[in-house]
Amino acid sequence: MPEIHNYTLNFGPQHPAAHGVLRLVLEMDGEVIQRADPHIGLLHRATEKLAESKPYNQSIGYMDRLDYVSMMCNEHGYVMAIENLLGIEVPQRAQYIRVMFDEITRILNHLMWIGTHGLDVGAMTIFLYAFREREDLMDMYEAVSGARMHATYYRPGGVNRDLPAMMPKYKESKWHSKKEVNSLNQNREGSLLDFIEDFTNRFPTCVDEYETLLTDNRIWKQRTVDIGIVSPERAKQLGFTGPMLRGSGIEWDLRRKQPYETYSKLDFDIPVGTNGDCYDRYLVRVEEMRQSNRIIKQCIEWLKNNQGPVILEDHKFAPPRREEMKADMEALIHHFKLFTEGFCLPVGESYAAVEHPKGEFGVYLISDGANKPYRLKVRAPGFAHLSSMHEMTVGHMLSDVVAVIGTQDIVFGEIDR
Amino acid sequence: MSKKLQNLSEALQAILASQIQTIVLDCNEITIEVAPENLISVAMALRDHDDLAFEQLIDLCGVDYSNYGKTEWATGAASTTGFSRGIDPADTGRLRFGDELASENNEIPRFASVIHLISYRHNHRLRLRTFAKDNQFPVVPSVIEVWNSANWYEREAFDLFGIVYENHPDLRRILTDYGFVGHPFRKDFPLIGNVQMRYDPEQQRVIYEPVDIEPRVLVPRVIRHDNRYLHAQNEQNKEGATDA
Repeated sequence: MPEIHNYTLNFGPQHPAAHGVLRLVLEMDGEVIQRADPHIGLLHRATEKLAESKPYNQSIGYMDRLDYVSMMCNEHGYVMAIENLLGIEVPQRAQYIRVMFDEITRILNHLMWIGTHGLDVGAMTIFLYAFREREDLMDMYEAVSGARMHATYYRPGGVNRDLPAMMPKYKESKWHSKKEVNSLNQNREGSLLDFIEDFTNRFPTCVDEYETLLTDNRIWKQRTVDIGIVSPERAKQLGFTGPMLRGSGIEWDLRRKQPYETYSKLDFDIPVGTNGDCYDRYLVRVEEMRQSNRIIKQCIEWLKNNQGPVILEDHKFAPPRREEMKADMEALIHHFKLFTEGFCLPVGESYAAVEHPKGEFGVYLISDGANKPYRLKVRAPGFAHLSSMHEMTVGHMLSDVVAVIGTQDIVFGEIDR
Repeated sequence: MSKKLQNLSEALQAILASQIQTIVLDCNEITIEVAPENLISVAMALRDHDDLAFEQLIDLCGVDYSNYGKTEWATGAASTTGFSRGIDPADTGRLRFGDELASENNEIPRFASVIHLISYRHNHRLRLRTFAKDNQFPVVPSVIEVWNSANWYEREAFDLFGIVYENHPDLRRILTDYGFVGHPFRKDFPLIGNVQMRYDPEQQRVIYEPVDIEPRVLVPRVIRHDNRYLHAQNEQNKEGATDA
């Protein structure tokens, strides 16, 4: 009998369960992982260096492309860093709109996560269920910004524009009869807020459906319970944030502990796990979807009853309206200066963190007084999570690696930047 | 300035005393600077002292200060061909292959390693900056033993800035390609890069060659001394003076 040695397995970067471009070099003893070494950077675009060569406003779009399944939350971190340095306060209505879209984004992200996590582990149906609801959420993005994914909607000082009073509707075609189109358009007759409200009424039932598929599913539990256990102490040491930290039993949520925008006025709970395994993190994220739904409802109510500006009227960093520019010389000058030179920030540095669906998304901005950032560092939650891959998988089987990748909610746009 | 930050800054001064070089309070954030030789002992104190308890390292990044405060838009001189405006490359976007950025000055420290910490117990944040002594070969001690999450962050700072973390167990490149040359986030590294890659049908393999695209900057780097900011800064300084 020949002696069997450890062997090395190259997992990815072209593997469907590698969530994009992860290359994992696994050293294995039979089917048991001895060492896991993730090789990252295959999607590195030097976003931070690009941002250093452009005026502040032109980099908002780059932020969407970091974590490309939770776009507006990335923008939020970036504009908050700028606002910190400028020392400005965003109008209330804009704050509520931001909070509402942050939570829409959270659901959007968690749906993507539950779909692909299920798919990796072998549950096909959940993917189709999750993408059914994602479609509506993308329509909300589209209605407010014109783009289904890369919205570029947040601006320093507020948001680009107010919520539209009309939802775009489906049109009759040779594939869709009038009757079909009418039923599709049923919840699109009112404003965007009505459409979102209709969604929030439907959504808890949808989450129940996901739970029916997974929560007590024997196979799902076999694949996730007691897999990738992280103790609270290790979770802190490894730099975990967000659901990964809460899954390990630490009650920490920036929305509650260091509230930004209007989170301090809203009512929501923070789910916390007990065992710190993949199953607990699953439960935490599912509950987060329900809580996000609750927050969105509260925002809708406020937004329906209160009007007001959605961006500061200070034209030193927010462009004046088109109509103003036609008649007002100063508005025209402001517009010209903003779009040719941008605006300068005071000298200083700031770190702004938001509770991103994946964890703490931070933007560290150093300004030397110029119209471009001197240094921009994006603190991506997934980067710290992925770095714990070795510790989370060692001693587990090869198939558990896939479950761990799923539970870490990895997106390479933000890890590689 | 909030009471909480005031307390933290007093606690820092009391506990770390002479090991802190500077302590700055700005934008509701505290920044302390320490010398590299004190970094480990400061880090241990920050993590283990009950009044500080910074349990987690949230972020670590490198910064290259060589271009700090340089503007392209100030007019220094006029010649027969025009103003000096927009000609001196203070922007990495204007550099070409083989270009050298302004002369190397070893007097001013160039590279810094910046750590962001968080304390869950006290709900505090802190920024900790360390300047490397040597600009040619920047070395900073690794804090991986204090906070394990520093591992990949230090690899990243090494990869992008060439800052060497002493005692790091596995200091490999992380984001750039296998076999990459240079440290791309340094201010003297051109934005367009140095080499480009293509498939050569004659040699029937992928080859690297110097980039042939033109560097281009659409918006020059401008520093405006906005009166409102100067005013706000003066107010703040006054406030700080009365607080103290």
